Amino acid sequence: MRTLDIKLFRDLVRLWAQALAIALVIAGGVSTVVLAVGSLRSLEETRIAYYERHQFADVFALVRRAPKTLLTQIAEIPGITAVQGRIAKLALLDIPQFREPATGQFISLPEDGQPSLNRLYIRLGRMPEPGRGDEVVVTEGFAKTHAFTLGSHFAAILNGRKRDLVVVGIALSPEFIYAIGPGDRMPDERRFAIVWMSEKALAAVYDLDGAFSSVTLKLMRDASEGEVITRLDALLDRYGGQAAYGRKDQTSHAFLDHGLDMLRNMSRTLPPIFLLVAAFLINVTLSRIVALEREQIGLLKALGYRNAAIAWHYIKFIIVIVMIGVVIGSAAGTWLGTFVTELYGDFYRFPFLVFVQSPDVYVAAAALSLGAAIVGAVRALRDIVRLPPAVAMQPPAPPRFRRLLPASFAIRNVLSQPAVMMVRNISGHPIRAMFTIAGMSLATGILIASLFLNGTMEALIDVTYFMSDRQDATVSFVERRPLNAVNQIARLPGILAAEPFREVPVRIRNGKIERRIMISGRPCDADLNRIIDTDLHPVVLPETGLAISSWLAQILGTQVGDFVEIDLLEGQRRTVSLPVTALVEDYFGIQGMMHFDALARLMREAPAVNSVSVSLDANERDRFYDAIKSMPTVSGVALQRVSLANFRDALAVLVTTMANIYTGLAAVIAFGVVYNSARISLSERARELASLRVLGFTRGEVLRILLLELAVLTLLAQPPGWAIGYGLAWTLQTKMAGELMRTRLIVDHSTYVLASAMVIAAALFSALVVRRRINQLDLVTVLKTRD
Amino acid sequence: MADPVFSARALTKTYTSGETQVLALRALDLKIFAGEMVVLLGPSGSGKSTLLNIMGGLDHATSGQLFFRDQELTNLDDRGLTAYRRQHVGFVFQFYNLIPSLTAYENVTLVTEISDHPMRPDEALALVGLEPRMHHFPAQLSGGEQQRVAIARAIAKRPDVLLCDEPTGALDSKTGIRVIEALLGINAQLGTTTLIITHNASIQDVADRVLFFADGQISRIHKNEARRAAAELVW
Repeated sequence: MRTLDIKLFRDLVRLWAQALAIALVIAGGVSTVVLAVGSLRSLEETRIAYYERHQFADVFALVRRAPKTLLTQIAEIPGITAVQGRIAKLALLDIPQFREPATGQFISLPEDGQPSLNRLYIRLGRMPEPGRGDEVVVTEGFAKTHAFTLGSHFAAILNGRKRDLVVVGIALSPEFIYAIGPGDRMPDERRFAIVWMSEKALAAVYDLDGAFSSVTLKLMRDASEGEVITRLDALLDRYGGQAAYGRKDQTSHAFLDHGLDMLRNMSRTLPPIFLLVAAFLINVTLSRIVALEREQIGLLKALGYRNAAIAWHYIKFIIVIVMIGVVIGSAAGTWLGTFVTELYGDFYRFPFLVFVQSPDVYVAAAALSLGAAIVGAVRALRDIVRLPPAVAMQPPAPPRFRRLLPASFAIRNVLSQPAVMMVRNISGHPIRAMFTIAGMSLATGILIASLFLNGTMEALIDVTYFMSDRQDATVSFVERRPLNAVNQIARLPGILAAEPFREVPVRIRNGKIERRIMISGRPCDADLNRIIDTDLHPVVLPETGLAISSWLAQILGTQVGDFVEIDLLEGQRRTVSLPVTALVEDYFGIQGMMHFDALARLMREAPAVNSVSVSLDANERDRFYDAIKSMPTVSGVALQRVSLANFRDALAVLVTTMANIYTGLAAVIAFGVVYNSARISLSERARELASLRVLGFTRGEVLRILLLELAVLTLLAQPPGWAIGYGLAWTLQTKMAGELMRTRLIVDHSTYVLASAMVIAAALFSALVVRRRINQLDLVTVLKTRD
Repeated sequence: MADPVFSARALTKTYTSGETQVLALRALDLKIFAGEMVVLLGPSGSGKSTLLNIMGGLDHATSGQLFFRDQELTNLDDRGLTAYRRQHVGFVFQFYNLIPSLTAYENVTLVTEISDHPMRPDEALALVGLEPRMHHFPAQLSGGEQQRVAIARAIAKRPDVLLCDEPTGALDSKTGIRVIEALLGINAQLGTTTLIITHNASIQDVADRVLFFADGQISRIHKNEARRAAAELVW
């Protein structure tokens, strides 16, 4: 079949622009899948490797002061393979040339070097010398933002005393991949550091010789985490233990998990949709291209070629196009996947990245694209080879055009002759018009599905930072303080308003579903820490009962008026039943909220606070910072303005980068579809258009007839495209929502406009190409020959 | 007289076009003999092309029988007709129907590759006098040259029958004569039974027999006592 192969090659060369456009549609679909799955798998493998190599613990607990001898008893709990007791304390940092107060999470290191669990990845330098109270290892991000190198100095207020510290090592830890300071919502490496120092030195400062204040455990593979936690809590209880928790409640792990979950859900939603859309589009496109070959197929049949040989010839043609698309898509997807993996790796400060090759993804994506293309081609081929060659070699019979309206309403009275031709042509090929519209609608839809994420992020910022948490700063205390601490803070320079904030860890339960959350107590007239209901109106907290995140209510399956069970995990550990009195619209975490006094009564304690939300006079900010730095009871200050900036710089960048990548690929697909639509309808109607030219129509008039149809179909495709886009956006938003972060589904008008504008731009570009083609139309040849 | 190559008995073909039925062939009886040169004349829609298409296995009859030698074509399914076309039939169409992306030579190899005892493509092209231009694409050839490529492609498989549907319809007289010359040459040299549909009455002089078509039937058969050479044709 050598000659047919020559024909194949020459046809490909002749149709290169269209073949490339189809290949790009395939590439768009394939690369989203390769990118998404590749980066997700790489990041998951990286995390597994990091956790394993650095012995990330499974269970964590804080305790006021427990003797080290207790560690032996803890080690005897069945299912435990390793125990690490240590000292963990929060303290304010004083950094040269840095006005804002920063916080250090101090963690002790055994005298003999690396801890057995949560081992450090030393990027630079060494571990502190045993007993050296001034030597510390700090986290890499913190060191980088302050341009610290080995030998740099900063100070910390440890147990009320300012101490000078020297950096001897820069490290990373699997325990603090995502490290958030007290009261903060986002990681801020300038203002929050993990500081490791010699256990002996830290014990001396906090009077914890022979004792520990934090314990982490490694479990056997088949151990029951719940049982271990119960036993650990029992052992720690008399030493002031706070409820132990597993990895899923460990901040860093939970956030990383959520980040990967979002990536996973994005990769399970958008790419399959992209690939399916691409598959549908190439199916339709190739079916039309093969249909255009009708007369050649008829000729090959007339010459004695068997149906199978003809089909194989066209399938080879399609395989080549699909393979070009798969190769481009795989290369682009691999490159983008590496880019995304590095972006996430950088964001999470992984010490290394494990890149996973996923041949199965390439094969699956290629197989789906090829399958869809072949089905499309075979659909057209089947119809043509069924025809006797004598019929196939004739152009297809014209469709039966009909009057759509009574003669008295003749559309030609209303419309110009070209417009009448356009209307008749669309109504005469309703299925073709429908497929074209479907293709362009899908293109608009996937554009909306990738564009809406940006708007959603802005909506999240608006509700969180400007409607709900309106404080300028949150001052957190090392331990809970009596209510008059609020007055103390209120008297600091620059404070315009101060509101108490009390947080209590609890387990909330409805039936068998249980979550560990914080219940916050706030005044009913809170103006800074406002509560926003699902209609985005501020809510006044009722005097009794509990308001919970609407997301939590969904998880628990509760509604306003239902009772939930609460295990108090602080103070007197009681279990109580509380009515749910309001649902709250929030996008970060799941939580409960109560009237400040009601929470105090529930805890059977005098009103107390963990932190104070304040509103600041911007001019007095530096004096406020200085005052805070001299308060030993304060563990940290979270700044909303900085938090928002960090949110935009970090998390939002991840989401919008992904959104932009998907938008780019969606644009490629959209362009491929529109371009092919325009080119194919030109081929399908070449004879008709040439006839018009012969009749004396100018090039412009002929072009107008063809483009009018393209324009009408493109515009008709937009409303269904918006509906598809909204549906896809809804699916994506639902899939990406999680306990740690979620968004409200906002599809701005500007998103619809932008998506449609991109499709229309693709149509305009295609129109330019078509215009060039029409100018080149060889009238005589087109009319005389039927190739 | 030689054995019949084609025998048609009550051959009928009806087309359905929308709500109307068109009777293209009405119970036609006919015999065509080996080596014959036959010209089919008649107005548009008189059934000439329909008959040729059915004889060439390009279309199915609605009723009646058609034999190629001892083989009943009207019984064959799609696969059988394909094999029949491949082994026995060469076609020449009014609009040449060359593959535009293949050169003259390659258009001929398209057929020789699937034939059992073909001639060499250059040999076939030499028979129509196109050897010097065999590496040109159809777009680089004149209409007459393209039609001669189509003839070369049709005869390269050494077919038993050569069916030509208005082979000169798109050509001027001078070029048309060259094409007819080529067909006559093939008929004489290879003994290929040749049927030519034409609207051009002057071509009838080169035939052994002329079949006049009207209304889906053969209205008259004329036998030429002496065939004229192509060069003597005038139109």
